[in-house]
Amino acid sequence: MATVADLTQGQKGIIKDFAEHVLPIKLLELGCLPGNRIELIQVAPLNDPIYINLSGSHIAIRRSLAELIELDIIEENQAL
Amino acid sequence: MSKNINVALIGNPNTGKTSVFNQLTGLKQKVGNYPGITVEKKEGICKLPRGVKAHILDLPGTYSLNTTSLDESLVVELLLNKNDKDYPDVAVVISDVENLKRNLFLFTQIKDLKIPTILVINMADRMSRKGISLDIEAMEKKLDTKIALVSTRKRQGIDRVKELIADHKNLSSAPNVDAKRISPEYFERLQKTFPNEDLYKLWLVITQDVNFMPIEKKRIEDATSFATKSKEELKKLQHKETVLRYQFINNTLKETYKVDFQAAKGLRGSLDRILTHKIFGYLIFFVILLTIFQAIFDWSSYPMDFIDEQFAMASEWIKNTLPPGVFTDLLSEGIIAGIGGIVIFIPQIAFLFLFISLLEESGYMSRVVFLMDRLMRPFGLSGKSIVPLISGTACAIPAVMATRTIENWKERLITILVTPFTTCSARLPVYLILIALVIPKGTILGLSFQALTLMLLYLIGFGMAIFSAMVLNKILKIKSRSLFMVEMPTYRLPLLKNVAYTVLEKTKSFVFGAGKIILAISIVLWFLGSNGYSEDFKNAEQIVNDRIEQEGLSTYSKNYIQNNIDAYRENALAEGIAPEVIQDSIQSMTHYLRERAEAQEIASYKLEHSYIGRAGKAFEPVVKPLGYDWKIGIAVLTSFAAREVFVGTLATIYSVGSDEEETIKTRMAAELDSSGRPLFNLASGISLMLFYAFAMQCMSTLAIVKRETNSWKWPLFQLGFMSVFAYLVALIAYQILI
Repeated sequence: MATVADLTQGQKGIIKDFAEHVLPIKLLELGCLPGNRIELIQVAPLNDPIYINLSGSHIAIRRSLAELIELDIIEENQAL
Repeated sequence: MSKNINVALIGNPNTGKTSVFNQLTGLKQKVGNYPGITVEKKEGICKLPRGVKAHILDLPGTYSLNTTSLDESLVVELLLNKNDKDYPDVAVVISDVENLKRNLFLFTQIKDLKIPTILVINMADRMSRKGISLDIEAMEKKLDTKIALVSTRKRQGIDRVKELIADHKNLSSAPNVDAKRISPEYFERLQKTFPNEDLYKLWLVITQDVNFMPIEKKRIEDATSFATKSKEELKKLQHKETVLRYQFINNTLKETYKVDFQAAKGLRGSLDRILTHKIFGYLIFFVILLTIFQAIFDWSSYPMDFIDEQFAMASEWIKNTLPPGVFTDLLSEGIIAGIGGIVIFIPQIAFLFLFISLLEESGYMSRVVFLMDRLMRPFGLSGKSIVPLISGTACAIPAVMATRTIENWKERLITILVTPFTTCSARLPVYLILIALVIPKGTILGLSFQALTLMLLYLIGFGMAIFSAMVLNKILKIKSRSLFMVEMPTYRLPLLKNVAYTVLEKTKSFVFGAGKIILAISIVLWFLGSNGYSEDFKNAEQIVNDRIEQEGLSTYSKNYIQNNIDAYRENALAEGIAPEVIQDSIQSMTHYLRERAEAQEIASYKLEHSYIGRAGKAFEPVVKPLGYDWKIGIAVLTSFAAREVFVGTLATIYSVGSDEEETIKTRMAAELDSSGRPLFNLASGISLMLFYAFAMQCMSTLAIVKRETNSWKWPLFQLGFMSVFAYLVALIAYQILI
């Protein structure tokens, strides 16, 4: 199962349904809801944290949290 | 006219809420604290059309009414409590046009509390650049509110906000999302148990850690006819609420908010690629830090010298103008010397706050957090610890408060505990004067020894902070789940006015806060230094005159006279004055200097036998092994109130002991120890600097730590650990170097 932590720079994905109690409510409020898009913008120099665009919100989260968000990665050709 | 309209400004962080507040209130604002807690309370008055006045309260930034911090729960508590004197007649929700979707989340929550609400869409000037177009009228209908499109940068739209506030009686207070939809069955039961209460309010009280006047959480939990849900179930419902709200928002924006991505262009992407780059990112951060230190130590020296001179002149002027007497002495020697010791910091503090506020306003600080997080984690710190550690170089008090953004309690506690090791501005005057006294002037590779020493002291402080964080990380057994999240806002040119307000405000509160302590201490010291009870004190004049007659002047006085004459001769020769003339002048000068030296000897004998002299002598054995005499001992002791008191204390002690207007530095340089060597030498100077680097000498910081950790345990731990460590290091340093 792919998670946000598996994205490479510039790659996008669509959030899948997830176990709701796992994620902090703060993240949901910022738009981390099933069906929304996530794009990986940048990975910090030591590979952690990661900087994402979460349906318009630009935030940085740690890898450990990113691993909890499951998604379907959008392949490049599909996005076009 | 009727009473003022109460207005609350609410909004997500980074929406320009403070700019809106500044433009609404202008200079008519005041910053205080909420009673009992250290959350900053900003309020101001705004004049509205038709002679109405609004009382504007700037609430802490929050993403939603689901609270996770003290600042946020304050927002909820106010909005739930109709009896609070600040309860808003109208809420103004500030949003950012680029993040409208997310900002509306908070808006719908506030709307659902049935408070008349205005929506301000800020940063309207960015719309065209980002390809955004809005249908304001349709949006107003959908959200059932009034909207003001504002650009604080271009000063547009503020008048519309004022009009809407004045017109608040016409605003709808109907909710956006019906709370019952979250769980019809559950809310039905809730309504039955509390028929008179508002459902959404009840829901907030149940899910948040807040109480509000009419309903206490306990009462809900105790209600027999009504079984509360488990935490897990509640969380599921909160999730459902979030989904419902976003459905409503998406539905609203679908027809009213259009983004043409083709037209959108932004600096964020390309700037981020450089500023968070593996190598350049750190390099740029390092250069910025260097610039900040350069400003603090180099650029600020010019205004500081100026201030120093002004105070020396003021003191002299008072002495010459007012009739001699106890009051004049207190004024010129106690108060002016004390205040001078604090005013001189203003340039440095202002520079520091200037840079910190520029970094925060521009959005760069978040990038630093992003860059540093992984590096800080092995030490039990978070990327967010970097902000307190940098602000700690200004003052530990705001720095400890800045730790509130750290979500993880253990990381936050460690940050609070180690932040006081960073070199705060209060240590600076101590360092600067000691460095000037004991570190030689030479250079190495174009860098002066003195500047290098100062840099080393900063590195020592920072290193110690990191090292003790590592130790604490091993020792402290606290389990807390890590949630690290930081918003990366768009880069913005900082608004000059906002930066100016911040600098002004922080500098002011620092000066007045520290100023009060210093003033009080210098008055007490001056009194204790110029009074005594012993026979020695009362007959000082007689005793000293007798001694001079028998043994002649002391070595110190002889040196004093000789140095002055030598300096004069050198100058005079350089100016080409005839040797005979010089000889004549020296004769009359010697006579005059001798008189001065005698007066000085009397004064210092008096000081030694005054109250403070007695106390200092009693304390001397404790500090003797570190190379300090009783005067330094007193200065160190009073510094436990606040470090910057050190120079002020010495200034007060020495000017009590001397009759002439000299700068404090020359006075310190002339001090001799019992064996006739300069008292401030390399060994004692370094020992002193190290003591100040490590000791926990700041009552205000201790008080803040107590409040932020909610126990005396941590501040006392800090005080004990840091001070013992400081003593040991200073002891070792002195014994090695001597």
